Amino acid sequence: MATMLTRRLMFGLPLVAVAAGGVASYALLERMGRGTYNPQAFNNPLVGHKVPDFSLPGHDGHAGFDQAAIMAQKRPLLVNFFASWCVPCVEEAPYLDAIAKSGLDIWGIAYQDKAAALDLYLAKNGDPYRRLASDAEGRVAINWGVYGVPESFLIAPGGEVRWHTAGPLFPEIIEDQLKPALQRLT
Amino acid sequence: MKRLVVMALVGLGLALGIAAADTPTTIRRDGVVLTIPQEKRAEVIGDRLRCLVCQNETVENSQAGLAKQFRGIIRRRVVKGETNQQIIDFMVHRYGIFVLLKPPLIPLTWLLWFSPAIALALGLLVLLLARRRRQQGPPPLSPDEHDRLKELLS
Repeated sequence: MATMLTRRLMFGLPLVAVAAGGVASYALLERMGRGTYNPQAFNNPLVGHKVPDFSLPGHDGHAGFDQAAIMAQKRPLLVNFFASWCVPCVEEAPYLDAIAKSGLDIWGIAYQDKAAALDLYLAKNGDPYRRLASDAEGRVAINWGVYGVPESFLIAPGGEVRWHTAGPLFPEIIEDQLKPALQRLT
Repeated sequence: MKRLVVMALVGLGLALGIAAADTPTTIRRDGVVLTIPQEKRAEVIGDRLRCLVCQNETVENSQAGLAKQFRGIIRRRVVKGETNQQIIDFMVHRYGIFVLLKPPLIPLTWLLWFSPAIALALGLLVLLLARRRRQQGPPPLSPDEHDRLKELLS
C-alpha cells in the first residue's frame, strides 16, 4: 500500500506543480491584458519618503512649482509626469480629467517637451492640471526615479509620497489602487 | 635583408610616435568632456547598471534616451570626482536595487543567491535516500511465496 501511495505522489505532485504554474501564468497574462499588471514595473523607492528637492519653471500661462510648494499643500495631490509625444499619455488623458473633476488636484510635469507641442496636446486632449511645470532636460524626472511617461505619484499633505504607478491611470488602477490609497490619506 | 628590417622597425616606431602624439587626452561623450581614464571609469559604472527602458541592456549599451541621460549623469559625477560606489548609490537611491544588473546579497535575494546550493543539497538528499533503500535489499519471502518459488523451480 505504501508503495502505491508513493507512486501516486510521484506522478501527482509534478502534475499539481505544472497545473499551478499554468494557472499562475494565465492570471499574469490576464492581468497584463487588463492593464493591472506591468511586468516591467518595479517599486519606486520614493514611496514613503518626502519628494526630492527640485524647482521647475511653469509652462507658459501655468504656474511652475518646487519641493516647497508641494510640501506646503494641505490637501492630497497627484503629480503626473507626461509628455505630448507619449501615446499612453493620450490614452490616460480622459481619466485624468475625471480625476481632476472628482476633486483631487493634479500637478503636471511635462517631461522633455517643447512648448508649442505641449500647447497643441493640451488643446486636443484637455488640460486637467492645476499647475504645469516643464522638465525640458528630464533631470528632475530622474531624481524622482521616473523611467518613462506617464508616471503618477500620490502625495500626502506635507509632501510625503504615498503611492506611485508607472503607466497610464486606467479605470482599473484608479479603482483598485489610487482610490484606496487616497482613502487612507483622508 | 637586415637593413630592410631595421628600416621597417624605424618606420613603425615613427608611425607609433606620431599616433601617440595625435591621441587626444580628452574625449566628449554624452555631452560631457572627460579624460580617457575618467571615461574608462564611467564605462565600468555604466556596465553595472540596467537600462530601465530596454531592461536587459546595460546603460552603456542601450540606445534609449534614458540610458543616454544616465551616461551623462555618470560622466558628470565622475568628472566631479565621486567614487564608483557613490555614483551607483545615487542610482540605487532613485531606482532601487533593480537598477543593478548584479543583485546584491541582501535578505530579499537570499533565495536567489543560495538556490544553486539548495538544489544541490536536495539532489544529494534524494541520492542518499535512494541508495539507503537499495542497500536494504528486498524483504525476505513469506511462507506462501516460499512455497510458490519451490513449486516453480521443481
